[in-house]
Amino acid sequence: MQLARVIGDVVATRKDESLTGIKLLVVQPLTADRRPSGRPLVAVDAVGAGVGEEVFFVRGKEASFPFSPLEPPVDAGIVGIVDHWDLG
Amino acid sequence: MLLAKIVGTVVATRKDPRLVSNKLLVVRPVDPRGNADGNYLVAVDTVDAGVGETVLVVSGSSARMASGMKDVPVDAAIVGIIDAVEVAD
Repeated sequence: MQLARVIGDVVATRKDESLTGIKLLVVQPLTADRRPSGRPLVAVDAVGAGVGEEVFFVRGKEASFPFSPLEPPVDAGIVGIVDHWDLG
Repeated sequence: MLLAKIVGTVVATRKDPRLVSNKLLVVRPVDPRGNADGNYLVAVDTVDAGVGETVLVVSGSSARMASGMKDVPVDAAIVGIIDAVEVAD
């Protein structure tokens, strides 16, 4: 999983049927010191995250697992909202 | 998933039989503000998108979970047409 900040949201009316009702958010991956790292991407939200929050997300087919038994075509999904993180 | 803009179409007569009657489009990834970002790729269209539209592209094995793509040899599929992207500053 990767740490990221939610920086926006995406609206798409015409889409794959199995994406209906799933929230699409723009996430910016972060370094350990909370700086942007790499390109922003679109991730589905499985935990009720919102813009401005720090989250971690999973890449690949696993992003669809929270929506089981549905199998939406997604390759990135937010699976946790970070309360805080510490580096030893 | 990536945001991308559709910039062209691909015609291929000889191809894997499972690709027959699937529309292939050339897309270019864009950042949330719509600026081109990254290299062109070929994606299969599952939502009847067209040139000039901004779309949502799913990559990797997840592309096969798009409608009608089961067991089709694709690794990028267009699964949504973007109406709006809102990014906080």
